[in-house]
Amino acid sequence: MVLGAGVGRSAGSISGKMMGDAVRSVLPILTVVAVLLGVWMLSVVPMNIHLAADQAQRDGVVVVPDTPIARQDVGAVALALRNPAVVPMTYVLDRPRLPGPQQVAAELWKTTFGVKVTSKKSLVYHGWVTLSATLLGFAIGTTLGIALAVGIVFSRTMDLSVMPWAIASQTIPILALAPMIIVMLGSLGIQGLLPKAIISAYLSFFPVVVGMVKGLRSPDGMQLDLLRTYHASASQGFWKLRLPASMPYLFASLKIGISAALVGAIVGELPTGARAGFGARMLVGDQYGQPLVTWAALFAAAITAAVLVGIFSLAERASLKRMGMVR
Amino acid sequence: MVTSSDPRFFENTPGEGPLAGPGAAPPTIIAAKSVDLTFQTGDGPVHALKDVSLDINKGDFVSFIGPSGCGKTTFLRCIAGLETPTGGKLTVNGMSPEEARKARAYGYVFQAAGLYPWRTIGGNVKLPLEIMGFSKAEQAERVARVLDLVDLAGFEKKFPWQLSGGMQQRASIARALAFDADILLMDEPFGALDEIVRDHLNEQLLQLWARTEKTIGFVTHSIPEAVYLSTKIVVMSPRPGRITDVIESTLPRERPLDIRDTPEFIAIAHRVRDGLRAGHADD
Repeated sequence: MVLGAGVGRSAGSISGKMMGDAVRSVLPILTVVAVLLGVWMLSVVPMNIHLAADQAQRDGVVVVPDTPIARQDVGAVALALRNPAVVPMTYVLDRPRLPGPQQVAAELWKTTFGVKVTSKKSLVYHGWVTLSATLLGFAIGTTLGIALAVGIVFSRTMDLSVMPWAIASQTIPILALAPMIIVMLGSLGIQGLLPKAIISAYLSFFPVVVGMVKGLRSPDGMQLDLLRTYHASASQGFWKLRLPASMPYLFASLKIGISAALVGAIVGELPTGARAGFGARMLVGDQYGQPLVTWAALFAAAITAAVLVGIFSLAERASLKRMGMVR
Repeated sequence: MVTSSDPRFFENTPGEGPLAGPGAAPPTIIAAKSVDLTFQTGDGPVHALKDVSLDINKGDFVSFIGPSGCGKTTFLRCIAGLETPTGGKLTVNGMSPEEARKARAYGYVFQAAGLYPWRTIGGNVKLPLEIMGFSKAEQAERVARVLDLVDLAGFEKKFPWQLSGGMQQRASIARALAFDADILLMDEPFGALDEIVRDHLNEQLLQLWARTEKTIGFVTHSIPEAVYLSTKIVVMSPRPGRITDVIESTLPRERPLDIRDTPEFIAIAHRVRDGLRAGHADD
């Protein structure tokens, strides 16, 4: 009897292996980040040199050529080479065309941790406004997506009728649709959280439908035959086979869905005149010539999305591990 | 406790019981008369089974052997009610295969173990018991018993990926045995395993059969496996799928592995090979 074969892996080597995995997976990411930061740092000089030269001249520094109009005719790189003293100023302008990474980081820090959470300037406040709409919309979208997927898998009529519309729904540009939804719901007296959540739901239900339909259909003919030999009912087949088999697909969909929901909430904040939220901050920064505000909001949104996706990745690992589907 | 509402109560009644006393011929469990099955495909009709007639008695170990396309798996699936014949008459326990399937008259073992990766070995064996509504206590008792029967006691809490292929297939046999059906249908269960493991499992299967007195239908394309295991060997040939020979084995029920070197074994194997060759000569 070969009872021992293939059973029991030593637990000791696992932590060492995970450390190695972490280094291997983080290193490429850091490399890409470093390259992007380098390109960004280099781009700041030519993007801002004309503005910096104007500012330097007002501060009494000698700049060549000596009028703004003459400088317009000089290329950005040439201007930087002829006025090396001005170059450092390109990184510290109040209203730069392209802010330096350190300026964005400072603005992000200041508006996240440097002001009271209740302040209109706080990114935490705006973040919560966007996040609450995102989470509500994601909950609606996920519920709807799973319900539609179950219907599609169990009903041929729904498969033929719903799926084409679900696909068509995603071909309409959300930028065109969002204002219509906001205005229509507004005329019905529904304002605030719900209209934004509906746009979030609209974007996030689709990956869930597609992923769950594939997941619920993933059991092969043999596994379905096995249940037939037990004379299992359709609902037993769903709860004992189809649903557990679809879990890996569900988590993949949820990760796409939550980031789509965040985009939806931000887009939903743009057409309302934007009183609060990441979308509002981006719009305000744009309209009042405060690029730092726009960039800080942009990065705050990206970080929020990364954290949300990260949470779902952890949940995925934990639950698949509990189900014994991760080795 | 077995009550009249329990499916097992009905399973055991037809054909046996008080009437079949000691000495009487064992009752026929599976009866096929001129069974035909034609699949309609894009390339026209495919004659999967033609005029297949066979009786399988209680306690028989029947092997179906033949080249691919001879309909051996299809016939097993017909017995299981997973395919419906287009002609002839097929009964299982005196019922139609469909009714027998609904009465949970048989356990079915597929070529792949097909264990659910998210369930432990114990959880997988428990699956049919949960579906059939056994009580929690009885589930636990049966899981322990059948895992012991296939020599997997102590592996209840392992996940399938922690077991070798042969152990996984044994677990799937335990799953088919868990609800005590009289009939065990096996579709090339050891086809994907290497010969050493296969020999071992064949030996264990015979012991299991002796202990449980099941009626077993077994699809294979290995001549030694068919001869070693069976009381009755059904040789089939393709295009159209049909039976070319039915061999009643003269080997004793008690079969050590080295029985395969005896002249009697070799003679039966020879007849099977002749039957397979005759089927091919028709092409």
